[in-house]
Amino acid sequence: MPVLSYRIDDRLVHGQVVIGWGKPMNIEFIALVDDAVAESEWEQELYRMGVPTEIALECCSLAQAAERTPGWRADARPSIVLTAEVATMVALCRAAPPVERVVLGGLHHKPGRTARLPYVYLTGEELQLLEALAAEGVKIEAQDLPTTPPVPLSALR
Amino acid sequence: MSEVARGVVIAHGSLAAALVEAAERIGGPGEGLVAVSNTECGREQIEAKIAAAAGDGPAVLFVDMPCGSCFFAAMHFARGREQVRVVTGVNLPMLLDFVNHPTLPPAESAIRATTKGAEAIRHP
Repeated sequence: MPVLSYRIDDRLVHGQVVIGWGKPMNIEFIALVDDAVAESEWEQELYRMGVPTEIALECCSLAQAAERTPGWRADARPSIVLTAEVATMVALCRAAPPVERVVLGGLHHKPGRTARLPYVYLTGEELQLLEALAAEGVKIEAQDLPTTPPVPLSALR
Repeated sequence: MSEVARGVVIAHGSLAAALVEAAERIGGPGEGLVAVSNTECGREQIEAKIAAAAGDGPAVLFVDMPCGSCFFAAMHFARGREQVRVVTGVNLPMLLDFVNHPTLPPAESAIRATTKGAEAIRHP
């Protein structure tokens, strides 16, 4: 079973991921790719509290994820790969090709970001990173929940 | 006399505001409860809203679920703050009890809230 979704979401593990996507996609495994979380046992424990027992959670750094992604793709369990930052996902896609589609699931307001959708705010630099990745053949869409229509990156400029 | 603790209700959508409104309708308006929503907020924004609502004094953070963005933001804010405690699974009975015992230390208040909240869940 391939990785079913590569999702950028600054809330990482939360209800939309575990319930909104997890239930209809029968997700059994979530890979949380974040250097800061990978270094913090305390944060990892908090995230584990948010995952039902039927879903396994692995927290790892970007470098570790680049090594493990082929194994995740070969894993029989349906899975989601999560990052909080655009740059992390772009780097992972390049380090562990092929990734066919990246979903912008939730990127909220920060200084320097402007609203593209109610749940997607991007800086100019983040948009450039995503456009460069799209030019390399990765389909990029915003979609917070399975029940909402996907929005192409071209509509977020 | 002990300092009055602030109660911050943190929840998805409009749930927190509804719970605070309901508590004030029953117990009367006061300054003891403040609502924080996670709508369209990242974790940092939720934490900033919690900080503004809780202030620098004692506080109990009532969160809807023991997971997710509200919970994470509350736990981050409470970490290292001795006068702040987190209670999950917020419900109306625990809030009503909280506003009637505003001077309890937050650690004691949090234990009491979990007891009162659980006692209210029954199947008569």
